[in-house]
Amino acid sequence: MRTDPDTAIPSEKMKPISDLAAGVRAVVRLLRGGEEFSHRMVALGFTPGVEVMVVHNYGRGPVLVTVRGTRVALGWGEALKVLVEVL
Amino acid sequence: MSTSKASLTIALAGQPNAGKSTVFNMLTGLNQHVGNWPGKTVEQKIGLCTHNGQMIRLVDLPGTYSLTANSEEERIARDFLLREKPDVVVAIVNGAALERNLYLVAELLNMPELVVVVGVNMLDVAEQAGIHVETHVLQAALGVPVVPMVACRNRGVSELMDAVLRLITNPDEFAPNRPEIRTEHRAVLAEISFLLGEKNPLYPADWTAIKLLEGDAEITALVRQSMPEAWERIHTLLMQHEDAYMDVAGGRYEWIGRMMRAAVIKPKPGAISITDRLDKIATHPFWGLVLLIGVFGLIFWLTYAAAMPVVNWLDTQVISSAAENVRQALAPAPAWLVSFLVGGLIHGAGAVLALLPVLIIFFAVMGLLEDVGYLARSAYVTDRFMHWMGLHGRSFLPLFIGFGCNVPGVLGARIVEEHRARLLTILLMPLVPCTGRMAVIVFLAPAFFGKNAALVTWGLVAGNILLLFLIGLAVNRSLFKGAHSVFIMEMPLYHLPNARTIGLYVWHNTWAFVKKAGTIILLASAFIWLLAYLPEGNIQGSLLDTFGRWLEPAGRWLGLGDWRLIVALLSSFVAKENAIATLGVLYGNNATLGLAEQVAQTLTPAAALAFLVVQMTFIPCAATMAAIKQETGSWKWPAFSVGLLLVISFGAAVIVYQLARVMGYGG
Repeated sequence: MRTDPDTAIPSEKMKPISDLAAGVRAVVRLLRGGEEFSHRMVALGFTPGVEVMVVHNYGRGPVLVTVRGTRVALGWGEALKVLVEVL
Repeated sequence: MSTSKASLTIALAGQPNAGKSTVFNMLTGLNQHVGNWPGKTVEQKIGLCTHNGQMIRLVDLPGTYSLTANSEEERIARDFLLREKPDVVVAIVNGAALERNLYLVAELLNMPELVVVVGVNMLDVAEQAGIHVETHVLQAALGVPVVPMVACRNRGVSELMDAVLRLITNPDEFAPNRPEIRTEHRAVLAEISFLLGEKNPLYPADWTAIKLLEGDAEITALVRQSMPEAWERIHTLLMQHEDAYMDVAGGRYEWIGRMMRAAVIKPKPGAISITDRLDKIATHPFWGLVLLIGVFGLIFWLTYAAAMPVVNWLDTQVISSAAENVRQALAPAPAWLVSFLVGGLIHGAGAVLALLPVLIIFFAVMGLLEDVGYLARSAYVTDRFMHWMGLHGRSFLPLFIGFGCNVPGVLGARIVEEHRARLLTILLMPLVPCTGRMAVIVFLAPAFFGKNAALVTWGLVAGNILLLFLIGLAVNRSLFKGAHSVFIMEMPLYHLPNARTIGLYVWHNTWAFVKKAGTIILLASAFIWLLAYLPEGNIQGSLLDTFGRWLEPAGRWLGLGDWRLIVALLSSFVAKENAIATLGVLYGNNATLGLAEQVAQTLTPAAALAFLVVQMTFIPCAATMAAIKQETGSWKWPAFSVGLLLVISFGAAVIVYQLARVMGYGG
């Protein structure tokens, strides 16, 4: 499931979570970071298949996401590495 | 089996924001020792308590999301559980975020030989968010004792300890339903486990095998080194199952789903919580910033309005009258002794202790903001700006704490994961005006600038923050070559504060200050008194006088032609607030006029401003330098910091003085 951070998006249905507006629900499909990044995200509940919702996204600065009943702030660069499929 | 054991060791485990510290504080109160884990830069808290006559040693493990060796904290928590073998592990989970919090419990139940009790905390916050947890259903599913808790209102804390002691006497009550790996990886797990063998020199085979599949760097290195013959085959298996690690985590969450299914009633979709409403403002790019600046202003206003009158009262009434009483009582004693006690100790260290109200108010407000969950939001809204310096929102928190005292600020930089970002945060810390420096400013500014004191003070703080940004930008562009760091941070739900947690936060920080005043500052005051007394028992012609006059030519550049101010500045290296103590020693002995007024009489407005500027940006105090050395592991960085700040403070003060003179404030 782990891939190089610079690889292209593997499917047209997927997009980075940073593209999503507030209130949009989606399912996590892929984490495009290194091992350390993926490990931290997984421990916070971001596993492939989990449903997430964007709470705030102002188009810059960090994105606020709910996952497994908690709120997690992801820096813009980190949000770019989380590929999701909109529900 | 009975509870005859002299003392039980209980480890407190839990994810961040689960209220673990509150439970620890509730149980141990002031019976706790705060230090570092041996050889590590991670805080260690150990406390003692008794429950039903049983002595209990409580070890507060670092708050971690998992037990894979991703961070120093996780390694420490894991090593403690594996090696020290506590009698019981108490896992504190947040009832409002049960699914994610049970991930750590899943890991604990995978670990060999651990006896686990679960405390479901913050059930009030959960109810507020529309989440209802049936703890007895969860207990039946998990097969381990589960205790409902609202630790901040002392509900369930005693019951938690009851459950712990019951488990000690009836170990059979612990029949955990342990998480298992998904079926597609069971075969490979069994094979790796077999290759490791039950007699391996490391840890139990099953647990080690899971960690290998998870790609745990520490365990992988350990197996490779100590079992080279088995490693070759294990390595091949791991390469074939590179995807296993997501699967292990996914499997744990599936297990959590089964455990929770009947136990948790979730809120109706679309319900808007208090946190949602508050975050509309607190995390908004514009209003969030306005709120943060407002909070900032409030802290400083509180310091001015509430603390300074007390400080002034202590200084003019208590300290001065104490000095007078001692002088009269000791009239027959030798003159040098009276001079030492009054001039050195009471006017020196006493003046510093008078600043306690400032510190207490600052830490009370910070403790409150942390406890209700606001501090995480301040990291969120400042993330954008921190990025300009190659840092991120997390670095804002230690810098914010640095306003209280730079030392906990430097230590607090540990929450910044990347080495470079942490180092830069630490290097910027001395530019954050701590209460020690602010105390000097708010003590002197009213006498120097009258009505405009607040304006000048704000200007000085703003100047420091601006300098901090500029230096951060410059260092990031030059030394660190535009590094980018990762920002991932949980935003806890807002919740009601707990007086005890805040009280202990204030207590620990204030007590550290009192100890400093009683030791380092007292010694420095005595030393300065000695330099001012020798050789003839008079400041005029003393060693200090000579040294100060030698530096006067440099001081004139920034309008500080009075050697006493230069000496006061130099003495702030011992501790920032020491500048007041030194002025107290050097000016002292005037019963009618306060110290600040006496100093003000000797300065032009331009020189007064320059003195405050240089004071605000001067080299870090000795304690901060020691902290920088400890956290960076070498004297190189404290030395760098001193060099940098000498240039900055001298440069800034000269510019300010010369500008003010041109504008006609040179007197």
